[in-house]
Amino acid sequence: MSLSAQPLPQRPVAEPLPPPTERFTLLGWLYKNLFNTWYNAVLTVVMVVLIALAVRAAGEWALSIARWEVITTNLRLFAIGQYPAAALWRVWASVVLLWGVAGLSIGVWGQRAYGSVGMLLAFPFVLGVLATDETTRWALLGTTVAGAFGYGLGLLRKRWLRRLAIVGWIAYFPLVIVLIAGLGDEAPLLPSVPTNLWGGLLLTLLLTVVGIVFSFPLGVLLALGRRSKLPIVSALSVIYIEVVRGVPFVTVLFMAQLMLPLFLPGVTIDRVIRAMAGVVLFSAAYLAENVRGGLQAIPRGQYEAAYALGFKPWQTTLLIILPQALKAVIPILVGQFIALFKDTSLVVIVGLLDLMGIAKTVLAQPDFLGLQAEVYAFVALVYGVFSFLMSTLSQRLEQRLNAAR
Amino acid sequence: MTQTSDNNPIIICRDVHKWYGHFHALRGINMEVQRGEVVVIFGPSGSGKSTFIRTLNRLEEHQRGQIIIDGIELTHDVRNIERIRAETGMVFQQFNLFPHLTVLENITLAPIWVRGWKREQAEEIAMQLLKRVGIPEQARKYPGQLSGGQQQRVAIARALAMQPKIMLFDEPTSALDPEMIKEVLDVMIELAESGMTMVVVTHEMGFARAVADTMYFFDKGQIVESGPPEQIFKEPREERTRLFISQILSH
Repeated sequence: MSLSAQPLPQRPVAEPLPPPTERFTLLGWLYKNLFNTWYNAVLTVVMVVLIALAVRAAGEWALSIARWEVITTNLRLFAIGQYPAAALWRVWASVVLLWGVAGLSIGVWGQRAYGSVGMLLAFPFVLGVLATDETTRWALLGTTVAGAFGYGLGLLRKRWLRRLAIVGWIAYFPLVIVLIAGLGDEAPLLPSVPTNLWGGLLLTLLLTVVGIVFSFPLGVLLALGRRSKLPIVSALSVIYIEVVRGVPFVTVLFMAQLMLPLFLPGVTIDRVIRAMAGVVLFSAAYLAENVRGGLQAIPRGQYEAAYALGFKPWQTTLLIILPQALKAVIPILVGQFIALFKDTSLVVIVGLLDLMGIAKTVLAQPDFLGLQAEVYAFVALVYGVFSFLMSTLSQRLEQRLNAAR
Repeated sequence: MTQTSDNNPIIICRDVHKWYGHFHALRGINMEVQRGEVVVIFGPSGSGKSTFIRTLNRLEEHQRGQIIIDGIELTHDVRNIERIRAETGMVFQQFNLFPHLTVLENITLAPIWVRGWKREQAEEIAMQLLKRVGIPEQARKYPGQLSGGQQQRVAIARALAMQPKIMLFDEPTSALDPEMIKEVLDVMIELAESGMTMVVVTHEMGFARAVADTMYFFDKGQIVESGPPEQIFKEPREERTRLFISQILSH
């Protein structure tokens, strides 16, 4: 039995026409975008002149006035601080491993991602060719090879390779911590490197990665806690979030340095670990609020559909609510992670020598007094490159997730 | 309490009451539904019909009276609620598909996580169900890529994948464009003819006439009148029923 209605009478259908086309011409583009009114034309000319002047001045300074030897001489200091030369291979091993996993990931998941592969391989290769130091050169070339090998392997597109890439990313973080920190004072292969020797970009990146990896789950838990129906859980979450958000990051860092030892008498906690704790605790509060924004955007119907199917509340949260909520806030979260990355430079004030701290010590070297412009320009460039990488990656991730719609 | 002989009604509601604050939304609903029976509930908006169908799987809590589904009484006991929800499929007005999952994943998620089936088994049954609702070719798409009618058919397949004993439909065609209503109703008619126990809140009188065993007319949180479709359409006992039916049939 069916409720068939009468078929609709067919009429001759008008042929679909192609959309109106606009031929691209350079002059046309210029006119439309830059010179379409007289005041836009004036603005264009003025801006071009200003930009040209600025670029010329900056170029002149960078090429003929700036003394870049302050950077080249101290490159290792900028990269790893006082990390002992004998253990340098461990840092390189981390880099090689990273390139391997990254190459594998692009190979397995990338779709015509030739640009990404090109960047991945060209970057260490060019630096390796330019490097003056033998060790550095071979390490960088090894990095290139690892990236190429990972990519080639990934192109096989086997299912176990996809698993390997996921496992690789999960295992990478603890592995690197073990590599950098060592296994103990007596360990034959990986003796401990005390954290007061960690420095430079290495310390900055470690603070950032630890901050992201630990504050993320903590922030999600706090966000869920704040929306919990259990009054104590939600009250504690609210108090934590609001207190931390009401305090400047510098204060949190000082608190972590001075108060943690007071709260935990008898336990000596490493200074770097204390700073990491500060970063994590601070970031988690903001993350919680961002994630809560995503949670609030999920319509009631999603919960009802899940409950009606028999899902338990934790399954509903984990399988249905969180994936949607987190996807909705990816841009905000990445923005926060970039901010966290740059905020780690504040650990200078508690005496740690991250990239910014190293910059200050380098500026205190008698040979290079007064070279602030060079040093800070370099540091800005490094921060800029990494921030750009993070936002590019997040855009890729968003595109991939949206392509699924 | 755990008698489940086939002669007993699968749904028993006795004097069910529900308040929203001071508003008395359900005012003593009594209803018995037999296995394989198709029940259509209709009535003006705000009459409590949606609230009532949602108390049957505890999306709304009733505050007085008794609801017994397949021998299990709905109480605050979470285990009972979960058992009843697993035996009861529900289809919503707004479909409520999970937008981050493909059609196939939407259907297999609950069988895998709630029933504990293997993925292969769940996917095989999901594909059979998609064939049954007529859209096997959409399995790998996301809900946002489907039309409203297709989404609602996926929602029906998703509920059926749990192999429920009862299907609840809460205004399943009210959010659909006219030309898509038929494709959803056809699926529901096929389901009714296969012997599924169904409780359907709808104003689709063609559907009711075709497959309903019993119709209930709700108004102001009460059942005004109930009976087989012939009686409700041709000789309603209550003036209000006659008036309402003439209103929805006239447009």
